[in-house]
Amino acid sequence: MISVRKVTKNFGGKNVLNGLDLEIQRGETLVVMGQSGCGKSVLLKIITGLIAADSGEIWFDGTEISNLKSKKMNVLRRKIGMLFQSAALFDSMTVAENIAFMLDQHTDLGKQEMHKIVDEKLSLVDLEGVQDLRPAELSGGMRKRVGLARALAFEPEVILYDEPTTGLDPVTCTEINQLISDLHERLQVTSVVVTHDMHSAFSVATRMAMIHDGKKIADGSPDEIINIDNPILQQFILFGAPDQILNMENPMLKRYLGR
Amino acid sequence: MDQQSTTNEASSGFPDLIKIRLHNVLSEIGQAFTLFFQTLIQIFRPPFQFDLLVKQLLLIGFNSLAVVIVSGFFTGMVLGVQGYIQLKPYAVEGSVARFVCVSVVKELGPMITAFVLAGRIGASITAELSTMKVTEQIDALEVMGTNPVKYLVVPRFLACSMMLPTLTIYSTFAGIAGGFIAVVVLFDVNGYFFLLEVQKNLFIGSVLISLIKATSFGMAIAAVGCYKGFSISTAGGAEGVGTATTGSAVISLITILVLDFVLNHVLFNILGLV
Repeated sequence: MISVRKVTKNFGGKNVLNGLDLEIQRGETLVVMGQSGCGKSVLLKIITGLIAADSGEIWFDGTEISNLKSKKMNVLRRKIGMLFQSAALFDSMTVAENIAFMLDQHTDLGKQEMHKIVDEKLSLVDLEGVQDLRPAELSGGMRKRVGLARALAFEPEVILYDEPTTGLDPVTCTEINQLISDLHERLQVTSVVVTHDMHSAFSVATRMAMIHDGKKIADGSPDEIINIDNPILQQFILFGAPDQILNMENPMLKRYLGR
Repeated sequence: MDQQSTTNEASSGFPDLIKIRLHNVLSEIGQAFTLFFQTLIQIFRPPFQFDLLVKQLLLIGFNSLAVVIVSGFFTGMVLGVQGYIQLKPYAVEGSVARFVCVSVVKELGPMITAFVLAGRIGASITAELSTMKVTEQIDALEVMGTNPVKYLVVPRFLACSMMLPTLTIYSTFAGIAGGFIAVVVLFDVNGYFFLLEVQKNLFIGSVLISLIKATSFGMAIAAVGCYKGFSISTAGGAEGVGTATTGSAVISLITILVLDFVLNHVLFNILGLV
C-alpha cells in the first residue's frame, strides 16, 4: 500500500535516513522500531509530506507522492490519519471541535451529523462525556485517545502513530496498546506505529521493522524478528521488552542474554 | 537550519561570520517574502472562511480599541502642550491646532496605533503560532489536508490590514480631542477657534495618506508576526517561543519606522501629495 524506496534525509550534515526501503502492506500493523533520533518520526513526516526527502520515492496505492503538488497532496492526506506524539490537539477548540475539524473543513455535513460522528468516534476510543472539554482539561492518556478519535474521524485508510505511548504511565500505555489492537481488528485499517517502547511494539505489531543508521536492518513478524541474528536488534529487544512478552527459552534471546 | 548555522558560526573566522550572518538575514527576508506572497495568493483562493476573519477582526479590532484611544488621546495632549510652549515665544501659538491636527492625522495617528498593535497583536500572533508549531498543531493541520497559510495567516493578515486603518480613525480623533482639551484647559485657548483651525487643516488627502499608511503598517505587523511564528523550529520549545515573540515585536517596530520613512518619501516627495 505504501512503499518507501531509497529515501534519504539529511539534517545539518547528519544523514538521518540513508537509503531507507520499507514496504507497508494493506491491513497490517507495522511497528517501526529504532533508537531515539534514528529517523522514525522523520519517516512519518516524509510519508505525510510534512517534510520532503532529499532523494528517494514514496508510493501510495500505486502513485508516486513525494513530488505531488500541495493541492493533490491535501486530497491524499484525507486518506491518512495521524496520532502525534504530543497528540497535537488544537488547544483553542473543544474536544468535539477537534474531532470534527476535518469534517468541518472538507465536507458539507450539518452540525447534527457531525455531532453524531464525534460521539461515535469518541466511543470507539472508550471516551464519553468529554465533548465540551478543552485539551488542557484532559489527562495525557485522554489526550491521546482524543487525538486518535480525531485521526479516525475521516475514516482513513492508514493510521500513523508517532510514539503513541510516550509519556504515559504503564497502565495507560497498556490501555492505548489494547486500543490500537482493537481498532486494527474492528476497522481493518492499515497502521504504522513508530515506537521504541518494546512492550507496545510486541503488543500491537503484525510485522516489525528496525531502523539503524538510517537503514532498515531487520524486518519480519514478531516471532521472526526475535530469531534474527543481529546484535543491535537483539540488544534493543532484550533491554526494552518485558520478560512476560518474550519467550526467554528462545535460543536466540538466550544467546544474546548471555553476552 | 538554526543548528547548522550555529555550528558554522562556531568554526568560522570574523569575515566568514559576517558572511554567514548576512546569508542568514537574507535567507530570512526571502522566507518572509515567500510567506507574504503565499498569503496574497491564498486570500483569493476559495474556500473563504468568513467566521475565522470575523473572530480575528473582533480580537484585533474591538479588544484593542480602548488602548488605542487612550494612547491617541495622551499623544494628542502631549502634542498640544509641547506645541503651545514651542510656538508661544514666536507669537504663533494660534497655530497649535494646525500643529496638532497635521501631526496626528498624517503621522502620529497611524504610527501610535501601529506601535500599540505591534506590541499587542503582532507579539500575540507570534506567540500563538509558534506555540502551535512547537506542539505540532500546525503539522496536524497540514496532515488533515488544511493549508496552514490559508487557515491561520490569511484571517490574521486581513484582520490586521482592515482593523489598523479603522483603529487609526479612532486614535486620530482621540489625539485631536486630547490636544483640544490640553490647550483649552491648560492654556485658555479659545475652543471654537481651535476646532475652526482643525476644520481648515483637515484635508481628505491627508486622511487618505493616514489610511494608506495604517493599512501598510497593518500588513507589516501581521506578516512579521505570522512569519516569526511559523519560522520557529519544532524543537525550539518554550525558549524558542519567547525569543520569537520578542523578535516579532522588535522587527515589527523597526519595519513600521522604515515603512513610514519610505511611505513619506513616496507619498509626499515623489507623488507630491499634501
